[in-house]
Amino acid sequence: MIIAERKPIKEILSLTNSARRILILGCKGCVTVCSAGGEREVKILGCIIRMYRKKNGKPVEITERTLVRQCDPEYLDQLFDSIDQFDAVLSMACGVGVNFLADKYPATVCLPALNTKFMGGSEAQGIWTERCAGCGDCILGLTGGVCPIARCSKGLFNGPCGGSVNGKCEVNPDIPCIWQIIYDRLKLLNQLDKLDEILPVKDWSVSSHGGPRKIVREDLTI
Amino acid sequence: MKSGSNLERILTGGHFAVTAECGPPKGTLGEMVRRKGELLKFYCDALNVTDNQTAIVRMSSFSGCVLLKDLGIDPVMQMVVRDRNRIAIQSDILGAAALGIRNILCLSGDHQRFGNHPQAKGVYDIDSIQLIQMVKRMRDERKFLNGEDISGEVPLFIGAAANPFADPFEFRVRRLAKKIKAGVDFIQTQAIFDMERFLRWMAMVRDQGLDKKVYILAGIIPIKSVGMARYMAKNVAGITVPKEIVTRMEQAKDAKEEGVKIAIEIIEQIKEIEGVHGVHVMAVAWEDIVPRVVKEAGLMPRPLV
Repeated sequence: MIIAERKPIKEILSLTNSARRILILGCKGCVTVCSAGGEREVKILGCIIRMYRKKNGKPVEITERTLVRQCDPEYLDQLFDSIDQFDAVLSMACGVGVNFLADKYPATVCLPALNTKFMGGSEAQGIWTERCAGCGDCILGLTGGVCPIARCSKGLFNGPCGGSVNGKCEVNPDIPCIWQIIYDRLKLLNQLDKLDEILPVKDWSVSSHGGPRKIVREDLTI
Repeated sequence: MKSGSNLERILTGGHFAVTAECGPPKGTLGEMVRRKGELLKFYCDALNVTDNQTAIVRMSSFSGCVLLKDLGIDPVMQMVVRDRNRIAIQSDILGAAALGIRNILCLSGDHQRFGNHPQAKGVYDIDSIQLIQMVKRMRDERKFLNGEDISGEVPLFIGAAANPFADPFEFRVRRLAKKIKAGVDFIQTQAIFDMERFLRWMAMVRDQGLDKKVYILAGIIPIKSVGMARYMAKNVAGITVPKEIVTRMEQAKDAKEEGVKIAIEIIEQIKEIEGVHGVHVMAVAWEDIVPRVVKEAGLMPRPLV
């Protein structure tokens, strides 16, 4: 899923400073699961902004609402009748949600309350880590199911660099060297010979370097 | 001859090679490169020019190499994949070949996080092994990565790094084999202090016959101070400095002198190891010491080939 975290409160207050009527818009998708932009976080952020505005003598009217998903026009349609009442919509969705919102409502100020971080999951309560870089051409079949593009600091394709020590990455001892993990896994699976093959240069045009990406499924389009 | 570089002639001629390193300045004074070049000219067979080492911005390796070339030195252009994509790398290689640079060292590069622009976007379009493969194809088939023809020759002697001290240890020789498969001609290793581990690595290299397929130059760093010994032992990922070396440095009356002594001892041991074809002396910010180390290690005069 998409992992996000709330922007520093100062930044949010500054972003919303000139708006009097604000819709804080949560999302019940990924950001609810990672506790960044669900109903609960919408409420908390609403309280913070109200308190700040009251303290500074700047009145504000805040409406709180949380949609099933913001990355889906079907749910964004639900705002159609009320959207003009607001000076700004402060979206607590990931960047995808903010973009969909802005695309849908061109005359509305759409602001992000979150920093969208990565595609990953929760390793343990309160800890999230990256797993996929969305490179568009999956090589996990060659690397024991763990991804060097997302999880090697240098995105290397052909084994660990000279900075891999005791299973840790040279960039930060908190980061596991993913090539050590790939090595250990392939050894266990008796597939170490896979590492002797030189992985060819990657086609980044299907990743984020070929312009914004799009998928059209003829079998599904109406 | 693949490139006709002095380094290639030395190695194919069966001589024990000596290469050294020249770190370019954080500025535009070509004189600083020339000074290092003049200092080291007669004490090595080829001189590496580092490519923004530790991700700190310096004069480019390419221009440093051209400055050295003008002094009659055989430069080794270091090329990291951290800062350039395949378009920029191939373009620089064409330019380097046109200006008479005949050796290239293909590297991943220290992560940008370590440098003086830690917010920079790392490129890593291709990795170091793919770079070796690309340069080999440019040289042997005169083809760009995309298969299009290159006009003119690309005579480059292709080098890469190997680190016997990084993990997983068993994979280190496999990775060397991979670099050989990709087309590397010579290897410069990470600095050796842990002789026991280096000997084990070399034994594995010989077992697979890899020393017959690539020229291996063993890395040497003369230690300038106790602080440097401690720093490398603790903070540099991929360098192992055994305790006894740190202790020797600590107990020495003259630490610099001890550092030279250690470097010479290591070279003497390395000369005896079957399958090692030379040394690569990386006197980081201590280039002045290289002539003495090379002389006292019995590696002078350098052969004229």
